[in-house]
Amino acid sequence: MLLIRCPYCEEERPEIEFRHAGEAHVARPTDIASISDEEFETFFFIRANTRGTVYERWRHVHGCARFFNAVRDSMSDRFIMTYKAGDPKPKKLPGV
Amino acid sequence: MAESFRLPGRGRLAQARTARFTFDGKSYGGVAGDTLASALLANGVHLVGRSFKYHRPRGILSAGAEEPNALVGIHRDASRKTPNVRATVQELYDGLTAVSQNRWPSLGFDVGAVNDLASPFFSAGFYYKTFMWPKAAWKSLYEPFIRSAAGLGVAPDQSDPDHYAARFAHCEVLVLGGGAAGLAAALAAAESGLRVIICDEQAELGGSLRFESGAAIDGQNGWDWAQAAAARLAAMDNVRVLTRTTAFGYYLQNFVALAERVSDHLSSPGGLPRERLWQVRAKRVVLATGSIERHMVFPDNDRPGVMLASAARTYLNHYGVAVGKNVGVYTANDSAYAGAIDLKKAGVNVAAIVDLRDNPSGPMVDEARALGIEIHGGRGVVRVGGRLRVSSITVKPRTGGDGERTIAVDALLVSAGWTPSVHLFSQSRGKVTFNDEVKRFLPGTYAQDCISVGACNGTDGLAATIDEAYAAGAKAAREAGGKTGKAAKPKVEASESWSRGMLGAGPGAEAGTTVKAFVDFQNDVTAKDIRQAVREGMQSIEHVKRFTTNGMATDQGKTSNMHGLAIAAEELGKAVPEVGLTTFRAPYTPVTFGTIVGHARGKLFDPTRRTAMHGWAERHGAVFEDVGQWKRAWYFPQRGEDMHAAVNRECVTVRKSAGLFDASTLGKIEVVGPDAAAFMELMYTNPWQKLEAGRCRYGVMLREDGFIYDDGVVGRLAEDRFHVTTTTGGAARVMNHMEDYLQTEFPHLKVWLTSISEQWAVIAVQGPKSRDIIAPLVEGIDLSDEAMPHMSVREGRICGVPTRLFRMSFSGERGFEVNVPADYGEAVWEALWAQGRKHDACAYGTETMHVLRAEKGYIIVGQDTDGTVTPNDAGLDWAVGKKKTDFVGIRGLKRPDLVAEGRRQLVGLRTRHPDVVLEEGAQIVADPKLPVPMKMIGHVTSSYWSENCGRSIALALVEGGRKRMGETLYVPMPDRTIEVEVTGMVFFDEKGERLNG
Repeated sequence: MLLIRCPYCEEERPEIEFRHAGEAHVARPTDIASISDEEFETFFFIRANTRGTVYERWRHVHGCARFFNAVRDSMSDRFIMTYKAGDPKPKKLPGV
Repeated sequence: MAESFRLPGRGRLAQARTARFTFDGKSYGGVAGDTLASALLANGVHLVGRSFKYHRPRGILSAGAEEPNALVGIHRDASRKTPNVRATVQELYDGLTAVSQNRWPSLGFDVGAVNDLASPFFSAGFYYKTFMWPKAAWKSLYEPFIRSAAGLGVAPDQSDPDHYAARFAHCEVLVLGGGAAGLAAALAAAESGLRVIICDEQAELGGSLRFESGAAIDGQNGWDWAQAAAARLAAMDNVRVLTRTTAFGYYLQNFVALAERVSDHLSSPGGLPRERLWQVRAKRVVLATGSIERHMVFPDNDRPGVMLASAARTYLNHYGVAVGKNVGVYTANDSAYAGAIDLKKAGVNVAAIVDLRDNPSGPMVDEARALGIEIHGGRGVVRVGGRLRVSSITVKPRTGGDGERTIAVDALLVSAGWTPSVHLFSQSRGKVTFNDEVKRFLPGTYAQDCISVGACNGTDGLAATIDEAYAAGAKAAREAGGKTGKAAKPKVEASESWSRGMLGAGPGAEAGTTVKAFVDFQNDVTAKDIRQAVREGMQSIEHVKRFTTNGMATDQGKTSNMHGLAIAAEELGKAVPEVGLTTFRAPYTPVTFGTIVGHARGKLFDPTRRTAMHGWAERHGAVFEDVGQWKRAWYFPQRGEDMHAAVNRECVTVRKSAGLFDASTLGKIEVVGPDAAAFMELMYTNPWQKLEAGRCRYGVMLREDGFIYDDGVVGRLAEDRFHVTTTTGGAARVMNHMEDYLQTEFPHLKVWLTSISEQWAVIAVQGPKSRDIIAPLVEGIDLSDEAMPHMSVREGRICGVPTRLFRMSFSGERGFEVNVPADYGEAVWEALWAQGRKHDACAYGTETMHVLRAEKGYIIVGQDTDGTVTPNDAGLDWAVGKKKTDFVGIRGLKRPDLVAEGRRQLVGLRTRHPDVVLEEGAQIVADPKLPVPMKMIGHVTSSYWSENCGRSIALALVEGGRKRMGETLYVPMPDRTIEVEVTGMVFFDEKGERLNG
């Protein structure tokens, strides 16, 4: 079982308090009604599914209930960092 | 029967404390502290089981958890029958009942042993090659045969009456293994005052000091030192010592699962749990998991009486049991010599030591020779005599040639060397590397905050082990933030030391031979099988393993993996590391389901949710159905009624006068804030801005892909406050969906979401008399049609308590949904019920609710929709705001496939014969004369008998359904084909006049 740091609660909590919520930094287009089929496909269906460093959303569903972002190594499952929803994708990762 | 192999004064057990037990119905005596294996050996019993595939007689190979042969059933009572218990691990208690397995009619004479004679047909890959043709034989012949032959031991046929406990624990230093290394590491770490947990699978700490008679530490012999050290640790407040506890799984972030066997060793467990699962999170882990001795691979090396040398020493030095009266030794390293020496000194005759090494030398060899033991260097055992017990060994020079000699023995000690236990290290995702010099896989690259010490790290010798372990324990504590000294460091005064050994098959079992020289005892895999797998094209050890099943039994190849690997490598002409090592997986030793499940079974498996009115429904004879975690009243049968009769009566009563229905399980979310309407616009397809306070609207929620996600009636209580209802099953995910958008896509909106599902109990009062029933109890709300029309909401009081009163209908009748604080739910229900009785109203359940709504063509999301249905498909286009520029799903709805012609649309179906009720889920075809498989154009989503319509009714998703009105379609069933007519979805009161009736 993983320990995950909630950036809102500012502490590590056990995995069972959290729920995974898919890839991070996939922003909903503000003009979504007028985007093309290709753009909608990219937005809704296409995911990076990276082997290695992944950026993903989690929700502290059985805690503060906030959504946040995490950087994780999909090979080792190691959490590299977590940060608040809305914060930009980190340019530099700690220890990488 | 006397324990004729128990040596008085030998071993550490108090031999006066006796215990009786039975094995296959025969009564034996043992001593408190025995394992079942040591007690059997004390009685001269070596034959304890039959092997899995060939039914060969098997004895006791080891004295520990690695045991592949001595698997027995332990029977406490009718419901407590545990199969495949390792006799070497099961502690003896007075009254223990054990039975042998995999034999019929008896252990000594087993009909299944014919498999052994037929073994040429059962070689590696037998299943893959034999059961191929003819295809038809698979179901009738092969599968039943394989299933009846499969499995070892008999599973209990009653449910498990024991209870199992679970604990979470945190510590700074977790030490896995309580041998010399683990004890030294724990002593060092404990000095820091930090929390330390040390666990060991045995009943006492000490590990291999149990048999190492030559060890001396701090002025005591090794075992006594270990007991003193364990006692010292146990007395410290910051240390937890767990015995009979196996670390079976090593997970991420130093999360380790331990299985503690709490009461399996007790004669009367009383109220104790059987086992306890520990889930431990440690800052640092010290792996002190030791090593496991390997057997020698030679023809018929599985005869009862053939035993690991360290096991024979354990039985002698700890349990005071001689494994024979005239034993032989077959080895390729020094450690077996120690066994021979110990036995000889205890008065047991040692017939010969056969050593594969050409000129064995060293202090141990010298000591054995000085004791007068015959040593045959450069020779191997090529044959054994005896069937149910070894009676002789035939010895031959390693390089061939003459000089064959047969020596009588009644037991044979074997040792091919020691395999470091890197299982848990490997589970931690560390990478092992092969050390070619010592022919061992050792911990290489670490993936977690752990360290291996002692034998599992390839460290030979007690002094070096304790040095390494003490330093590692201290370092782990320092890294976890503690301060350590050197006060507790044990001083080793004498020790035994050995290393090396050999991997693979010995003489007599070389390539080209057809003998049975076992590599994996539990799965009956021989050296020949592994060579055959290579010849048949298996290149990697992962393939060899699966083809031969080597290492795939419950012992996970603890004694066999290295031999199998070496034989495969030899046959492939490759070096061992090139062939690779199979992956170690949890659990290290078998773990019961009970331990993993713990308390989470029966009523505690999943929470049960009950509404505020549950008790009333129970008292009034409701039959309940499970809806998710909820218990919902399904129907209320009266005297003698079956479900059909009850539902028919309830359906008619509601439309004739009225009915009360518990709708509390509906999901309820309060959407509040200055931007509440703007948020609702984005979440639902409908327009909300212009909805007046006090009015309601039926809302449809989509996912971004354009498919219906949920629906429900929403009441606007004020400009900035919406009372949203969701489906019962959708409550949690709709809340999650809303929170997701609010927090991450629309965080600029000033809106707060609160789940109020549990706060409000909901009583639906439906039917022409509904207003008459509630009116006498309602205060402060004008209930006239003018003041409170259909689809409106008011706040006021009912029975003196606050209510949110909705005028709405899921039945097509005039109706109200009375929301009251959940604590008042039952009292208000009682009051409404008393009023209802005056009007001949009934209480109705979910089944009637379903029929009534189907009569009106109201859909249920999740029943009439399945996640691929758009609002248009469901006939709900009217609910999509045409002028809206954004809502979740607006773009998805425009996808080419979602606007294409011929999509499945929701329609009504009337069967040609009104009495025939369709089956929900049944497929629909246009032409039943087509050959099978026919083209299916839809399926039935809802189907009921409608007493109010006097016929059956159904809803269905049908391709291009709305253009098929009046068409005849067909529903093929196994016994007949049912003719149906496509109709509109409303079966009752098409004009909707009854909403104000």
